[in-house]
Amino acid sequence: MNIETFKESATTVVKVTGRLDAVTSSEYEQKFNALISDGETIFVVDLEKLDYISSAGLRALLATAKRIKGKSGQLFLANIAGPVKEVFNISGFGSIFPVYESVDCALNAVAG
Amino acid sequence: MIASMSKITFAAQVEKLADIEQFVDACAERFLLDAKKTFGLHVAVEEVFVNICNYAYPDEEGEVSMSTGIEDDALVLEISDHGIPFNILVLPEPDTSLNIEDRTIGGLGGYFIRRLTDNVTYRREDGKNILKLVMRRIS
Repeated sequence: MNIETFKESATTVVKVTGRLDAVTSSEYEQKFNALISDGETIFVVDLEKLDYISSAGLRALLATAKRIKGKSGQLFLANIAGPVKEVFNISGFGSIFPVYESVDCALNAVAG
Repeated sequence: MIASMSKITFAAQVEKLADIEQFVDACAERFLLDAKKTFGLHVAVEEVFVNICNYAYPDEEGEVSMSTGIEDDALVLEISDHGIPFNILVLPEPDTSLNIEDRTIGGLGGYFIRRLTDNVTYRREDGKNILKLVMRRIS
């Protein structure tokens, strides 16, 4: 798994590449914890290049979202596609997160 | 009758997940599973494997064995451990309608195993937990 981040005005865009599984999910949480500690509160997570996610990956997403919500922040997901989308759908995670078709759509939602 | 079962054993350590991933890819490729089915098998096997790593051997190092074969033209993967008796399939289904604050992850692993395979059964045999996953080429 690889994580790249960049700022788009007040929003942190987090691009996740590869696998979010029982091994890599702790790395994902650590990355977010660091960003939250740095004072970031608004996130768009770009999942276009996410090839794989299991329940451990969803656990990390949920734990992170709860932490951000606890700081009165916001987390948006963008670009969920393919088999990863099926995992989101059957788990109900596709409806508990605000999900957008692209990073731009998510950024517009933040701005709006 | 399961034809030509071949068996491979892994240490029950989450860090071995990459080896499991390779093994599942090889199985899926040999059996010509499509991309969607292969993805489902990866998730199901991870859920079983990680559960064994986390709970089957609280006081000792243990192993996970995986046997593959063909039965009634379906790919069969049996995952076994000799840890404490446990059937992941009996865990209650998660409430998939809750919002972020109320949602928990409990039960999602077992739910994925049931949803992403064509059939799955548990048996306890010779001191082992055995989960039998069945994948057909076409659902």
